Amino acid sequence: MSAPDTFAQTAGGREDRAHREQGVRLNVEQASYAYSPSEQSAPTFTLGATSFQAREREIVAILGPNASGKSTLLRLITGTIAPLSGRVELDGEETSRLDVRMRAQRIAVVHQESPIVYPALAGDFVLQGRFPYGRALRFANPEDIEIARNALAQVGAEHLSKRTIGELSGGEKQRVILARALAQQPRLILLDEPTLHLDIGAQVELLERLRQLAKENRYTVVVVTHELGLAAEFADQVVLLQHGRCLRVGPPATVYQKELLEQVFDAPLDVELGPAGRPRVNLRARRGEDIT
Amino acid sequence: MRPLTLRRLLWTCGSLAVLLLASVVLALKLGAVPISVTDLLLDLGRIAIGRANELPTEYRLIVFDLRLPRILLGILVGAALSVAGASFQALLRNPLADPYVLGVSSGAALGSILALLIAPGFALVTPLGAFLGAIATIAGVYFLGRREGQLDSATLLLGGIISASFFSAIIMFLLTTLSGRDLRGMVFWLMGDLSTPVSAGTQWIFTVGLVAGIGAIYSTSADLNLLLTGEREAIHLGVDVTRVKLVVYVSASLLTALAVSASGAIGYVGLLVPHAVRLIFGSDYRLLIPASALCGAIAIVLADTLARTIVPPTELPVGAMTAMAGAPVFIYLLRRGLR
Repeated sequence: MSAPDTFAQTAGGREDRAHREQGVRLNVEQASYAYSPSEQSAPTFTLGATSFQAREREIVAILGPNASGKSTLLRLITGTIAPLSGRVELDGEETSRLDVRMRAQRIAVVHQESPIVYPALAGDFVLQGRFPYGRALRFANPEDIEIARNALAQVGAEHLSKRTIGELSGGEKQRVILARALAQQPRLILLDEPTLHLDIGAQVELLERLRQLAKENRYTVVVVTHELGLAAEFADQVVLLQHGRCLRVGPPATVYQKELLEQVFDAPLDVELGPAGRPRVNLRARRGEDIT
Repeated sequence: MRPLTLRRLLWTCGSLAVLLLASVVLALKLGAVPISVTDLLLDLGRIAIGRANELPTEYRLIVFDLRLPRILLGILVGAALSVAGASFQALLRNPLADPYVLGVSSGAALGSILALLIAPGFALVTPLGAFLGAIATIAGVYFLGRREGQLDSATLLLGGIISASFFSAIIMFLLTTLSGRDLRGMVFWLMGDLSTPVSAGTQWIFTVGLVAGIGAIYSTSADLNLLLTGEREAIHLGVDVTRVKLVVYVSASLLTALAVSASGAIGYVGLLVPHAVRLIFGSDYRLLIPASALCGAIAIVLADTLARTIVPPTELPVGAMTAMAGAPVFIYLLRRGLR
């Protein structure tokens, strides 16, 4: 598709789309992507057309086994890569076209914890979230410090501000990283496998906190995970991926079907409906005994 | 939370500048001919008000025509190498990175020698050759250090150390087979030495290059703070990573090239100084860059003074002093664990 073509379609389509989808903050529409080692060779991985929408205060879980395309979809949403076809929009703007600082003011990404090379105080680390708003040497002004302090308070980590990152526990570190994302004052928070290194108590705490933050601060939250149980418990919507294809989008109750999940995750399991209308997943050993 | 303020930045740099001045006075005083500090300060005052011709000729020759230019050169070299080291440490996310350890200094030295062989008459040939050598080496070592798209700390260092010894071997080969040409000595290129004077014109060019290089790196210092937490993270916090990396790689290579073409491959300054600065002042690059420049200058001035005076009347190369101090620190940092 040539560039003028795309423009014409975008300009024509935008107004009635905006009208039709009021309240939609994140709009992923038939977005696809292909990785190839070089321009001539065939792609080594493709993500087929994927669509879903998310409003403010909503939590979306992107769910799938390894190599299902979760990270690719995450990168499409953050705008670090542009979709091959389709579009990814945040409040009507294509995320891949925003400049890097603008993007950081709207989208915060929390990665799996990455090693810290030099010791930094947790408070200074959170202050880094103010970077996209500063100019030149970015000396922090009192407002920035106030925002960073509030961010730490929102994740219940004020007391950690004078500790160095290296001496924090996994759960504490995850909270500080989340606080840095909050300090960016984004509209959209993306989390990549946030529960990977956390014990079960810290996992539940993190997700409860996310749900509360999404409600209070009107964030849209997208969580990439392979934790079936946690996604069922906390997500408003689930996007189920396998081998680069988007299989199902919808609330957990409709996506969580025994045969579908067994096939996607290649494990025998049972799905039952919990008291709050949310599905519960139980793993079974192949011999048929319950192991959870 | 203890965010960096402009006030703290200026105070720190001001105090370090005073320390640098003190070490310059000390370096002027110490040497084969003893001179009292009071006389020295009075004479410096006289020079400052433009009455330099009142000084006794012989004395002026020793202190202001021999010692002072060497000290000024030491300041330039120390500042350049320390800032280059601090920059490489941020870009490669490796506390052990240093122009010498990464082989960039040896690459620059080889570049200068080759340039001198190809175009001996051309004025700026040494720094230019050094710059090309430095850029090519850092690109090569970066490439060697990548494994499955990730920068591997141990492989990177190994690649640097191997490159350094490979280039040193070629330098030895060239200098041995091409004896008789005006290529300066082996000790100069392999160890680093401040005893060869540079012309006033060259010194000016070096100063301008140094200010430009450090200035360019300093303009990205806030971005470097974020790069330290990872490239991906930096992008998502609003850093234009490609631009920052390009600016800093080119500038750090320029700084290394200037230092090497003026004084040969002085080792470990870029490792020692930023490490010490980090311990004392923290790792915020907005403070680390200028503080490293000043401390690097102080370190080289003092190391060279020691090298001149420790076994009189013989003078050691300054690189021997820095290696004696630097190698143990390198091993300590390595043992403490590559993360």
